[in-house]
Amino acid sequence: MVSSSTIDLRERRAWEELARIPDPEIPAISLVDLGVIGSVAVDDRRVRVELLPTFIGCPAIGVMQDEIIERLTASGIAGEVEVVLSFDPPWTSDRITPEGRKRLRRSGFAPPADTPVGPALGQLDELAVLPIAECPYCGSRSTTLENPFGPTLCRAIYHCAECRQPFEQFKRI
Amino acid sequence: MTDSPVAAADTPPTLDPEARDALAELLLSLADDEFVIGFWDSEWTGIAPMLEEDVATSSIAQDELGHAKAFYELLGTVVEDDPDRIAFGREPEDFRHASLLNHARGDWAFSTTRRYLYETADAVRLAALAGSAYAPLAALAGKMRREETYHLLHAETWLRRLADGAEDARTRLADALRSLWPDAQQVFAPLEHEERLVREGVLPTPMRELHARWTAGVRPVVERIAGPLPDAAVAPDGRRRRTDDFRWLHGEFTLVARSEEGAVW
Repeated sequence: MVSSSTIDLRERRAWEELARIPDPEIPAISLVDLGVIGSVAVDDRRVRVELLPTFIGCPAIGVMQDEIIERLTASGIAGEVEVVLSFDPPWTSDRITPEGRKRLRRSGFAPPADTPVGPALGQLDELAVLPIAECPYCGSRSTTLENPFGPTLCRAIYHCAECRQPFEQFKRI
Repeated sequence: MTDSPVAAADTPPTLDPEARDALAELLLSLADDEFVIGFWDSEWTGIAPMLEEDVATSSIAQDELGHAKAFYELLGTVVEDDPDRIAFGREPEDFRHASLLNHARGDWAFSTTRRYLYETADAVRLAALAGSAYAPLAALAGKMRREETYHLLHAETWLRRLADGAEDARTRLADALRSLWPDAQQVFAPLEHEERLVREGVLPTPMRELHARWTAGVRPVVERIAGPLPDAAVAPDGRRRRTDDFRWLHGEFTLVARSEEGAVW
């Protein structure tokens, strides 16, 4: 048997490793800052990571799974690495950390609106999905939604009237 | 090691044969609906009326196929089958999508109409399933509702836009509504094992009640565009009719699986 403090330590190490894995689609943000790691559990044999997909059909899920397995296996935290997908709790854009939001902005993405309009776990309404996005380049809120659907499932396209730049927003969901 | 959090991995529930068949029937109907509309929508990629719509319809189609994949995977745990085999290894007659999804994409007004009718029906259905006693289904439905809000918004925006458009747009929209109205009801066609599903709370609300809810919300909207529509009934075979349009689509989406058995990406 391994003592519980050793397990705590290994759990912490697993989180540190996960914080070094960049999101495959927006590499500026890590999987931990994106909020897709639901839980990490370690025992004698295994480390088990619960992955919460941003969007159910996100094609990056498989890449994330592979990278978690590769990284944690190399770390030697446990002999076996298991990654399971979960929708309970559902990933919502409120799970992006303050640091993650900062990093998104720095790489030209507006973070999802940070004033919750809809109930966090209930259904979103139209007001909740059409927030005003703040331009990541000049900070103006004089922006218009061009398309709630963008180059990936999780992004919307906006235009800034102030600096006349198109930009993408990580969708509120 | 029994208290290990790792040992508490998800194991599929042990079900008696009737419960398993009932659950499988429900999951298959949900999966096939999303799968088939996803493929019809994906046909607009590159040829939608404007660039933004190429992006939007493709994104929506990708969402729907993702939902279908999640349902097929859940179904796979229930019937112990390979999700890819269920999706790509069946004959057209074995599909269980609603007859609303049997038709080719048609013109933009036709596709808009179908998406509006389907998205509104799906929203009513998912709202009920989010309260399912079958936890994996409830979680999945809850997550889907958040994504589907965007689809609903898109479908409603286009319905309004065409309804307020030129005469040609209004005429096409009204024609599509009248022709699709009877098939749209079939999203709520009764399931063979429905009684069992309702009794156990897997389907918290019977289909006929969901149908009434949907009709109450949608009929006033579509009648303002198309005029009075007949009282259309759900049919026992509403999920069993297949058409040549669908047989053609089936040929398309099974092409790779048929030409290279067991192929993986």
